Amino acid sequence: MLNEWHMGSLLLQLIYNGLVEGAILALTGLGATLVWGIQRVANFAHGDYMTLGAYVAFLLDVTWSTNPVVAAIGTVVATAALAVGLHFILLRPLRGRGLVALSLITVGLGLVLRNALFLVAGSQPRQYAFNQTAVIDLGFVRVAPAELWTGIAAITAVPAVAAMLAWTPLGKTMRAVADNRDLAEISGIDTDGIGLYVWIVAGALAGLGGAMLALVQGTFDPNLGFNVLFLILTVVVLGGIGNAFGALLGGLVLGVVMEVSTWPPFFGGVPTQYQPVVGFVVLILLLMFRPQGILGRARVL
Amino acid sequence: MDILNPAFWVFVGVVAGIYGLLALALYVQFSMAGLPNFGHVAFMALAAYTMALLVIRADVALVWAGVAGIAAAVALGLLLGIPSVRLRANYLAIATVAGSEMIRYLSTNLNLTGGAVGSVGMLGPTHFATYTNAWQPFIESITAALRHAVGSVATTDFSMFCLVWVTLGLLLMLFRRLERSPWGRVMKAIREDEEAAASLGKHVEAYKLQALVLGGIVGGLAGILWALEIGVFSPDDFQPTLTFYAYLILILGGMNRVWAIPVGAVLFGVLYSGTRFLSFFPLSLVDTGERAYLRLLIVGLVLVLLMAVRPQGMFGKREELLLEK
Repeated sequence: MLNEWHMGSLLLQLIYNGLVEGAILALTGLGATLVWGIQRVANFAHGDYMTLGAYVAFLLDVTWSTNPVVAAIGTVVATAALAVGLHFILLRPLRGRGLVALSLITVGLGLVLRNALFLVAGSQPRQYAFNQTAVIDLGFVRVAPAELWTGIAAITAVPAVAAMLAWTPLGKTMRAVADNRDLAEISGIDTDGIGLYVWIVAGALAGLGGAMLALVQGTFDPNLGFNVLFLILTVVVLGGIGNAFGALLGGLVLGVVMEVSTWPPFFGGVPTQYQPVVGFVVLILLLMFRPQGILGRARVL
Repeated sequence: MDILNPAFWVFVGVVAGIYGLLALALYVQFSMAGLPNFGHVAFMALAAYTMALLVIRADVALVWAGVAGIAAAVALGLLLGIPSVRLRANYLAIATVAGSEMIRYLSTNLNLTGGAVGSVGMLGPTHFATYTNAWQPFIESITAALRHAVGSVATTDFSMFCLVWVTLGLLLMLFRRLERSPWGRVMKAIREDEEAAASLGKHVEAYKLQALVLGGIVGGLAGILWALEIGVFSPDDFQPTLTFYAYLILILGGMNRVWAIPVGAVLFGVLYSGTRFLSFFPLSLVDTGERAYLRLLIVGLVLVLLMAVRPQGMFGKREELLLEK
């Protein structure tokens, strides 16, 4: 009886964790899918944009001890600036180079960013100035302060971004270009100029996601974002490339599924160290059998 | 370390030669057949692990374990045939890199493969497992023979150097011939325009599979030579970056020039190892323990710059560049 109650509360805890992790994947995956769908770049450096965000947040939170909200805003601004800067310096001049060539370029870019962080910030694990041992009882789950903050960030950011996509002119424009570039262009949309906004959104969300991921994990090093790169690409494919709502949904689903798969009553539970393997298998199967994603309709890809 | 130390440069030469083999394997799949494999290192990992496991746990003779290792790489090549036929370039790139990471992840976590410590842990934590017992006397005998010919320069690394570069040279000649054969011309036609080649009655999928298998053989060979050279290996020796070293070698020399691979490999070796010796400002600020990061940073930077400025490499022709597609 006690055990059943314990399993039930464990499941709630896993779902909460899954939703927070899912929100991180959803927010970063959304940026990656817009970049891929609109800018035609499969960004292999996206994880490293996240890592950079985590370190900017560390700089603000620990080194300069600002409050968490200021740190979050600073992070988002910094990564958006990085993404826009790289867009104008590197990626925009090279547009039209072909997807494989651009992928190789972003692989190189990721190597540069990641190892620059290793050189500048060091390889030692870092953690934010949050009390890691305190516990807050929310009634249905018990969380650490860091988890509470990431939960709040997730509850605010995901609906806000969804609303932005659904109702603002910028959101509608971006979805239109991602859906059908030619049609958007003859409707008078500046499909080239929109790149700036796409990278602002993608960079800001990657920075926020990176800081949230670092908070959830407790400690982090410069491999933080690279370690989840394939999960982000999975989210992109899961939602259908360029499909913004698909990425939001795909991220939340993947986050919950990966967490709940470790729940013991679920076939004895997947051992935690094999969680990423679950992600890889999902990605490969999706690519092979449903490359248009769960929401997408089949068309020539 | 002394920059003029010949032993060091012989080692760099061995490494460059093995990466050259990996680049050649990539050349068959990417430059000839147009399949962007971003997880190429999986061939090396699978062959090395198969060989070591058979020697250590099943007492198979090294030669046959090596053959089995290459067979495992070929099997992986055939398996890759499924996504290669179904997926377009970009998706294939992601599927392959995810596949190679899955192999690395599993080998890190399984007890069978020795976990994170790798080959030495294949018999469990209490035994020190080794797969080089039969290899040592063989390479020593080569070294003794070479010592007669060239004197004291001959070390085990020197023997390995000769072995690797002779293998690479022979394979390069073979592939150059293959490329100019009717087979190679069909391959080129498929790369340029799949539909056109298919409309002439060429079996596109069979040719792609052949390229994957050839790449698997050479990639597997690179993995086995690498395992024999370093003596012990762990999952960390098969990081995804290795695949991109191979890409860099291809791009350095020229994406579609098979004879440019050794040039690319030597340049890469110098670039990769040279950073150990650069101790002037501002590089003097980086201490030796952090040089590995600097090296990877430079590799990334060169990859970005080359792709941006001269994607056809030193000897390539821009018109033949499949990357533009």
